[in-house]
Amino acid sequence: MGEETATRIVTVVNPQGVHARPADLFVRIASRYTASIHVRKGREQVDGKSILGILTLAAEQGSQLTIGATGPDADEALMALAELVEDGFHEIDGATVRGGDPPRTPRVDDN
Amino acid sequence: MKFSDFVCPEAIRAQLQANDKLSAIRELVGALVEAGRLAASEQDSIVAAIMKREELGSTGIGRGIAVPHTKHPSVEKLVGAVAISEEGVNFDSLDGEKVQLLFVLISPPDRPGDHLRALENISRQLRDDMFAKFLKQAKTLEEIQQLLEEADNNQFVS
Repeated sequence: MGEETATRIVTVVNPQGVHARPADLFVRIASRYTASIHVRKGREQVDGKSILGILTLAAEQGSQLTIGATGPDADEALMALAELVEDGFHEIDGATVRGGDPPRTPRVDDN
Repeated sequence: MKFSDFVCPEAIRAQLQANDKLSAIRELVGALVEAGRLAASEQDSIVAAIMKREELGSTGIGRGIAVPHTKHPSVEKLVGAVAISEEGVNFDSLDGEKVQLLFVLISPPDRPGDHLRALENISRQLRDDMFAKFLKQAKTLEEIQQLLEEADNNQFVS
């Protein structure tokens, strides 16, 4: 073992924070990679491939998350996951983000 | 946040009758209406909003757990109900399994933080296999209340 862990710090930007759907998206993407993924918020660190784990972080808008990845495709995983978080989980709210690419899914009232 | 902060004790159902998603959500919302936590006139609108959310992706988050939810302007604070289904409800869960534990959450539109903290509490507690197992096996209202209370007192997770 002794593989290096690549890390990246990201900020949660979507107003609703990391609720159930963002957690699901995160885990779906993380699970595409063989690298082990963890996410840390403050002192708490969870498995990045577990929805229950991610939800226990209760990451609100503005929270800083440190994503860590260990394994052969760690860099690719980090890039994809960081993009997801920084893109507000594609949950672009008209009130907060204007312009740029349209959201990939229609905006809906969701928690 | 603790279970006692959002679970309405009168809206706990030890034996959910429904075995499909829509009926289960109706039953849970109905429990909150009967408990006086939701207005009867809003019942259909709340059920529809929860179902609309489910279309975006099931809130059956795996391990036999579902957290159907919505925001709704008719509530001033987060309200929740809990139900146990012995046979399991087909919830189109992310892991394909039926769900035995259902937590419905209805929150005011302007309080995303409370919703996140309720989800946090549910996930944190249910990550404990013992707690999840005991809760799924609970047969009576008293057993469920006792388990939730023990969880609130951190008897399952540190």
